[in-house]
Amino acid sequence: MSAATDERIQTRSRLRSAMIRPELGAVCGAILVFVFFFAIARDSGMFNLQGTMNWTVVSAQFAIIAVGACLLMIAGEFDLSVGSMIGFSGIVIAILSVQWGWPVWAAILAAFAVAIAIGALNGFLVIRTGLPSFIVTLAFLYILRGLTIWLSILTTRQTIIGGVAPLAEGDWLAWLFGGKLFGGLFVWMAENDWIATYTRGARTGQPIVDGIPMVIMWALALIVFAHILLTRTRFGNWIYASGGDAQAARYVGVPVNRVKILMFMFTAFCATVFATCQVMEFGSAAADRGLLKEFEAIICVVIGGALLTGGYGTIVGAALGALIFGVVQQGLFFAQAESSLFRVFLGTILILAVIFNTYIRRMITGER
Amino acid sequence: MKTLLLGAVALGLAVTGQPLSASAQETGGEQFVLISHAPDSDSWWNTIRNSIALAADELDVTVDYRNPPTGDLADMARIVEQSTAAQPNGIIVTIADFDVLSGPIRAAVDQGIPVITINSGTAEQSAELGALMHVGQPEHEAGRLAGIRAKEGGATSFLCVNHYITNPASVERCQGFAEGLGVELGNQMIDSGLDPAQVQNAVSAYLTANPDTDAILTLGPNSAEPTIRAVAEQGLGGDDIVFATFDLSPAIAQAIRDDVIDFAIDQQPFLQGYLPVVFLTNYSRYGVIPSNDVNSGPGFITVDNLDQVEALAGEYR
Repeated sequence: MSAATDERIQTRSRLRSAMIRPELGAVCGAILVFVFFFAIARDSGMFNLQGTMNWTVVSAQFAIIAVGACLLMIAGEFDLSVGSMIGFSGIVIAILSVQWGWPVWAAILAAFAVAIAIGALNGFLVIRTGLPSFIVTLAFLYILRGLTIWLSILTTRQTIIGGVAPLAEGDWLAWLFGGKLFGGLFVWMAENDWIATYTRGARTGQPIVDGIPMVIMWALALIVFAHILLTRTRFGNWIYASGGDAQAARYVGVPVNRVKILMFMFTAFCATVFATCQVMEFGSAAADRGLLKEFEAIICVVIGGALLTGGYGTIVGAALGALIFGVVQQGLFFAQAESSLFRVFLGTILILAVIFNTYIRRMITGER
Repeated sequence: MKTLLLGAVALGLAVTGQPLSASAQETGGEQFVLISHAPDSDSWWNTIRNSIALAADELDVTVDYRNPPTGDLADMARIVEQSTAAQPNGIIVTIADFDVLSGPIRAAVDQGIPVITINSGTAEQSAELGALMHVGQPEHEAGRLAGIRAKEGGATSFLCVNHYITNPASVERCQGFAEGLGVELGNQMIDSGLDPAQVQNAVSAYLTANPDTDAILTLGPNSAEPTIRAVAEQGLGGDDIVFATFDLSPAIAQAIRDDVIDFAIDQQPFLQGYLPVVFLTNYSRYGVIPSNDVNSGPGFITVDNLDQVEALAGEYR
């Protein structure tokens, strides 16, 4: 008996340790949000296939940038250039493919290379100068947005570059970002009258929802990848350690600088995934795409229970934060709420989430 | 904690109190959605928001106004998709970017939702998408009607001050004006740039080099206001020259009052919000709708109707 109990280890009931997790707040929030909208917007089409696809796609877009922001925030840094990076990557793809005549796959790869290099530069500047990443990436928020507008006006005299869609047709890499999966399944379901079809026009009889957009697959893939990276690998521990206490982590041999720079690069990668999916879906890039997305990513992560100061948080939480954000944003439209009130709602949810998450964190860590 | 969550629900219910009753279908009041491309900060759209509220009130229908908060057109496309999924009785939407919006708008049309396009885009694009009609100001036609008006005032040659030369619509306005006047555009359009001092100097230089110019067209407050100063500097104004401008601003209104500007060309945004609601309501109730597109503008603002316009500025004008 006395050998089994160690006075230094506090005992907790299994239920309590299963329940009290960083993402508990986000889980409760997600349930609450669904119950809420199911109560007030059930008949609005929000929960039929088409409506579900609408808020799922929006949530998936948030999730893609939230995953990157979450890992970076756990590693103890911010990236405020995410939104500008989305605009920049999109314009790079459009200029290279439409204006310079590159094949679309090459343009996409080039955009990724440029974006990841800028991410590395962000990280390098933060590490080398010791300045807060808040300031360094704020600078890139302006630099990248300015470059985006300048480049697009320089090459096309417009801030919107269209014409990507015909070039992307049949391109293998473009499909990976703008394509749809399981089209056959949806046609089959439409043939059996299980899902709605177009009633007129050129697509009469075809299903309205004709597949799972790749943007959703990307979101799922990134969530799974980041979750495994964070919870199952040594590198994941390094991320937590770098954000928790960088100096202590260095003392025990964690390559903090490398971890942080890699996380900046990963954030840029996620932003470019977002941009590429958008450009491939809509067939055009615009210099004003992605405005304020950096804050939306951070909001998702914070709703998901991560700590702004780093070292604490989960990917599952961030993904749920993205889901909550997407459902609330689109759900308020379905509920016919006055659209100016969306931000009031968002701010309220953010405050409630942070209060609740702080409460949970104190229960977990035992801090007062 | 429980009270906190309950509080959140209560707040939510309070905010969205209206749809809880889900009264629309039950009482027969139709539901429409107007989707614009304008960011929250764009005050011009206030006129349209007021006009749809007025129409909704008069006709006992519901009209929701939706816009992408930052003006991101990709977000706008999602709003069009969302509105379609909610199956309203009609959608009113701007064609801010044909590439981005053609997919979602066509999907709405193909699901049998009546769509009217407004403001941005052309009647041709509207027809291509299968919309019922387009309500907007055709730029070339607006320029042409202004040109005819200037011709009646005795003008035979003109200067078009183009501060936004990369925008094709700007060039169309100048070309239309030339056509209305019955002359070739030729070198009468100058690329003035946006800087006020630069615009003023460019206009002064042109008027000095071409002293027999007897009409001026400016394309908005950005080119009109420096041009007002240039004209004053040259001692022109009054009956010497026909001065017309697109759009209205306080400085333009004052210049109309001072007899420097003869008339302002107004695209009458009120009609772009009000008329589609009226048309869609009658289409939904009685199946009737005019078969042609509607030119909401040009309306002309002169010293004769300036008082009324100024009284309603920002509200309905």
